[in-house]
Amino acid sequence: MKINLSKKVLINMYHNLVLSRRYEEKLIELFSQGKISGWIHSGIGQEATGVAISECLHKEDYLVPYFRSRSSLIAKGMNLSELTAEIFGKKTGCCKGRSGEGHVAEPALGMIGAGGVIGSSIPIGVGLAYAASLEGKNRVVACCFGDGATSRGSFHEAINMASAMNLPIVFVCENNLYAEFSNITIQMKIKDIFRRAEAYGIPGVMVDGCDPIAVYETMADSVERARKGEGPTLIEAKSYRWRGHFEGDPCEYRSKAEVENWIKKDPLILYQNKLKEMRIINSKKIDEAERQARDAIEKAIQFAFQSPFPTLEEIKEDVYT
Amino acid sequence: MKSLNFRWAINEALREEMERDERVFIAGEDVGKPGGPFGITKGLWEKFGEQRVKDTPLSEEAIIGLAVGAAAAGYRPVVEIMFMDFITIAMDQICNQAAKMRYLYGGKISLPLVIRTLFGTGLRAGGHHSQSLESWFIHTPGLKVVMPSTPYDAKGLLKSAIRDDNPVIFLEHKGLLRIKGDVPEEEFLIPLGVADVKRTGKHATVVATGKLVHTALGAAEQLARDGIELEVIDPRTLSPLDKETILNSVRKTNHLIIAHEGTKPCGIGAEISAVVAEEGLDFLDAPIKRLASPFMPIPFGPLEDALVPGENDIIEAVKEILK
Repeated sequence: MKINLSKKVLINMYHNLVLSRRYEEKLIELFSQGKISGWIHSGIGQEATGVAISECLHKEDYLVPYFRSRSSLIAKGMNLSELTAEIFGKKTGCCKGRSGEGHVAEPALGMIGAGGVIGSSIPIGVGLAYAASLEGKNRVVACCFGDGATSRGSFHEAINMASAMNLPIVFVCENNLYAEFSNITIQMKIKDIFRRAEAYGIPGVMVDGCDPIAVYETMADSVERARKGEGPTLIEAKSYRWRGHFEGDPCEYRSKAEVENWIKKDPLILYQNKLKEMRIINSKKIDEAERQARDAIEKAIQFAFQSPFPTLEEIKEDVYT
Repeated sequence: MKSLNFRWAINEALREEMERDERVFIAGEDVGKPGGPFGITKGLWEKFGEQRVKDTPLSEEAIIGLAVGAAAAGYRPVVEIMFMDFITIAMDQICNQAAKMRYLYGGKISLPLVIRTLFGTGLRAGGHHSQSLESWFIHTPGLKVVMPSTPYDAKGLLKSAIRDDNPVIFLEHKGLLRIKGDVPEEEFLIPLGVADVKRTGKHATVVATGKLVHTALGAAEQLARDGIELEVIDPRTLSPLDKETILNSVRKTNHLIIAHEGTKPCGIGAEISAVVAEEGLDFLDAPIKRLASPFMPIPFGPLEDALVPGENDIIEAVKEILK
């Protein structure tokens, strides 16, 4: 099915890509200065998939986020100040500072399920999809995860259940070739995760995760299928993470040459060039996007720095309702 | 009042709550069209339809994930784990996800889900079909753990569990499914966190759970012939535990025995013993005694019967602490 991308969508994705990239850069910088407690798992270099996935979703649709994809959160409307405060562990964060970077959620925007145990979010996504099917208002779930998560039994159980029940869910696997320190050849014998879809009787599609237009087209098609009641799809977005599993990871398990090769194919630069070619943006619009990103990020960082940590009493609340 | 068996009491609770609130739904293995492996959900699929009484694949982890996600989306799932022994497969979803999601998300959601599961001896079916694993869930903040012993308690507590906005583990002893008891005709609820004094007495307190409540009552009848009056307490909710009722009883009788299936280490008996030692040591005239299953897996067959505390075990224990 041919999807037509409107100018609005193209520009939206561009803005979100710029914002996501500059945000990752900022977080990396702040972490290296020791200004963030906890850790950062940077998704720099992988932002294109997330902006396209969320661009396809309506406000009422659910997103089960892939922990490395801050771009998917941003593109779905996450408040940057609340996200930053959460990463800093402040009580003004979207999870009152209790989740930190690892399992950010914003139920009001349908962003639910991320947690510290990789792969555990996938069955939760199936639950959201089941609720959507009971509700009957055509909501869909974008359930996102990395390549490592597909080694979990939870992946198998969830995708099998969703397929057997024909649920309105799109499974999106960002394959960046590494699960923590392990190359994908340690994780699996197969080369292409999307082929697993055949085992569940659903369509599997591979897409260039660094090309937001390609991801958008694939995702929009899958979302449409799900909304029409045609069931799940497994999308594999091929990409690469430029930095280690976490900030501080010396990355001894891969070569500098490999990393540099991927950085040469920077999704932001490539997309920017494409949009210039299509005359959708020019250098004035690029400067504007950069400036807006800088301002939004500065505002968010200041908010986070100025916010207090939760008190010892406050962190004891909400265990039960 | 009407006479209802344990199985039907649960069925009625499910039926009434599903009629009352269309967000309540059931899911699990064979719960739908087959009516449940123990017949507990019989008739519900016919009445409420396939979407609200859903047969799932053989996937305990995904079944609980389904409950977590649906609850996060505002529904009230009541999912079944056929045998509690299989709950081990879903530990991450229960203890890492369901138990913690509300807290980790800053209180922005609640997960009003119930996990019903069949536990305990009674089928003589061996080591993977007879365990009592409630300790793991009592130990986990964010969960509530309920264990009824009568049809009345089962119905009233399940209705409350379904209306509770927290994740509740609802434990059904498979050896109790056929027992009968009086249940009101009109609607009633039993609050979670409240113990029940099943029998008053002045000489010793026996706190018993699940099927052992009946064993304790049987022992009490026998002891009464010898002039020994047992007070039998059924906690009904294991977490949060009604400490007050237990402490009040021990203050009165000065003697405490705890009887449960499941093994001793870190069992509900260990927990109650610690509570009484911390908050009621002065009440005791004798050491606390715990009766539980031996520290071993349960083998297949009739030998299972000897591995669960019986009436005589309770009688001996009472006589010993009263010496």
